[in-house]
Amino acid sequence: MVGREGRRKVVLAANAAALAQRVRPGLPAAEARAHCAKLIVEDADPAGDLAHLDRLAVWALRRYSPIVAADPPVGLVLDVTGAAHLFGGEEALLGDMVARLAATGVAARAAMAGTWGAAHALARYVAKPLLVVTTEQSGRAVAHLPVRALRLADATVVGLGQVGIDSIAELEAKPRAPLALRFGPELTRRLDHAYGRQAELIEPVEAPELIQVRRAFAEPVGAPETLARYTLKLVEQLCMALEADGLGARKLDLRFHRVDNRIEAIRVGTAKPVRDIKRLTRLLCDKLEAVDPGFGVEAMVLAAPLAEPLTPRVVANDLTETPVPDVTDLIDTLANRSGGHRLYRAAPAQSDVPERSVRKIEPTAPETGDGWPQRWPRPSRLLTRPEPIEAVALLPDQPPVTFTWRGVRRRVRRADGPERIFGEWWRRDGELDAVRDYFQLEDDAGKRFWVFRRGDGERAATGDLSWWMHGLFG
Amino acid sequence: MPSSLSPSAFEALRAEIERIEANGRPRKGVLPFGVDTVDRQLPGGGLVLGALHEVAGGGDGAVDGAASALFAAGVAARTRGKVLWCVTRTDLFAPALAQVGLSPDRLVYFEAGDEKSVLATFEEGLRHGGLGAVVGEVSRLSMTASRRLQLCAEETGTLAIAVRRWRRQAEAADFGQPTAANTRWRITAMPSTPLPAAGVGRARWMVELLRCKAGEPADFELEACDETGRLALPADLADRSTTAPAWARRAAG
Repeated sequence: MVGREGRRKVVLAANAAALAQRVRPGLPAAEARAHCAKLIVEDADPAGDLAHLDRLAVWALRRYSPIVAADPPVGLVLDVTGAAHLFGGEEALLGDMVARLAATGVAARAAMAGTWGAAHALARYVAKPLLVVTTEQSGRAVAHLPVRALRLADATVVGLGQVGIDSIAELEAKPRAPLALRFGPELTRRLDHAYGRQAELIEPVEAPELIQVRRAFAEPVGAPETLARYTLKLVEQLCMALEADGLGARKLDLRFHRVDNRIEAIRVGTAKPVRDIKRLTRLLCDKLEAVDPGFGVEAMVLAAPLAEPLTPRVVANDLTETPVPDVTDLIDTLANRSGGHRLYRAAPAQSDVPERSVRKIEPTAPETGDGWPQRWPRPSRLLTRPEPIEAVALLPDQPPVTFTWRGVRRRVRRADGPERIFGEWWRRDGELDAVRDYFQLEDDAGKRFWVFRRGDGERAATGDLSWWMHGLFG
Repeated sequence: MPSSLSPSAFEALRAEIERIEANGRPRKGVLPFGVDTVDRQLPGGGLVLGALHEVAGGGDGAVDGAASALFAAGVAARTRGKVLWCVTRTDLFAPALAQVGLSPDRLVYFEAGDEKSVLATFEEGLRHGGLGAVVGEVSRLSMTASRRLQLCAEETGTLAIAVRRWRRQAEAADFGQPTAANTRWRITAMPSTPLPAAGVGRARWMVELLRCKAGEPADFELEACDETGRLALPADLADRSTTAPAWARRAAG
């Protein structure tokens, strides 16, 4: 990538292959060509980049958070307050974002901090590729970073270097007045942004194609009941707009523009497209208590960043058949309240190893209809991790006569087994020969256990003949 | 109890009490166990739908909750609609629940961080009304909490089962504390049905009905849930049994 910097033509960006050939940003274009004959040179297109960044911001808006803005030249800034729960936490949200960008060939780094300034600096200088810092620790986290991380003009950075100030902590320790006098107000403003002493407004990107409704108030409102009432009105309007297009909302953003120029936002998600006024209002009102109206809210904007066609459902096709009640709305309520990752259904996975035979699927996923083999006894409680036990047993395939688990010695009255389970060599090389022999044991009192022995008792390669407790039958 | 009251007077009184208690709500249905000995002990002939029922394990079962979970799953499997199961510990093994008739398609798990959110979700699930049953695994269940659950269940007619499970054996004494639950059960594993050959037969439980609203406590020795979630009376205990010996119709579980 080559562009103009003043009157010179210089390299502005280079890919990994070019970097390996010592073509670095800042190198004059002619010199870069001399370094590497096969260099492919393209003209930089800042306007195009910006447009693409905006499109990326709209993608993030649809997927992650109600407040997203482009942070040119190469960044996005998101305010995920009240939105991270849909992904099961802040770290999970960042992880998802970086993974999805990586899948499209964008190597991204992401950081989360208490302020835009701190997150900006951490994402560029510390994140590898993820970093989550709490609001309280943001200040300490940025202290050791170079002053360049503060989004300062190049001249300022060079000037600070000349007076011997390299890190943010050094800058912070200096008296402010002389600094402002010498480098202008921008420097102290950026410093305040990073430390959160001065609020920085994120102007959210607007996507004109999104369905959204807005309500401005003549007088600022702040009472929770008032907010709830207007939420209902906005939902009614939005549902009318959605109905006109035959859509149902999958995600809803409600933004509160406060009189002090800050924006509070809540986001709710649904498992299936919904256009039910009562249901959507309930989901939003559940979250209202997280909104801080400050000195008052002057406008409320409700948008549906993700809407899907709402297909009519056959309610009952038989006079005798009573339909099984739909519980999607309950699942939405619970998912928005405590996080979607907490709700799941179990489904069979293609594996004989007990702990791998169950996978979690979305609670609203279509019914799979299949189950596990019914013939083999399975315990109702499976220990998260098998626990070692001491057992006395005859080789090669007799069940234990006695065993000691958690300090209690038990005599085996009845036993069944072995059920042999082979290692899955296609997952890991180490499991090529591994064998587990499962036994069902019953002690004197009638308590029943599921234990296994590593190895088949004949070949040493299959396991070390240690005994493990893996589950309890009811 | 005065002996002068005739059985019909008792019936009339019971109906009167029921009418007052129902408070204008529709009459609740019951879910019979299909085992006469048990159903006879329960007023109405089964577990009342739209009520809270408590289940705990006896002995070690109070901590591991293996038998009590299967008992709850067997009951939930015989209801209609989806089942919500709220847990704090994630050691429930879905294949075993499928073996007592609770298919994985019907069962939605909720993994809570603490008991408070188990109770909140439990209540929310009951209030919805579309679920067949809601199961919650809790250790502490105060009178207030159980009363709330009971009222929510009454309102919608959803079956509520609280599986009581404690961290330590000593804490299980908590099961003696009164709650607003309709029935209270304790399930203890017993030596399984003997087989003519070496091996483990169908599991047997000592099922104790510790408390039953408008009924008498009782205990039963029963065979554990089969693949449709039904308990059975062991053949060697049933009077004049016409069924085949237990080992001949041995079911998984």
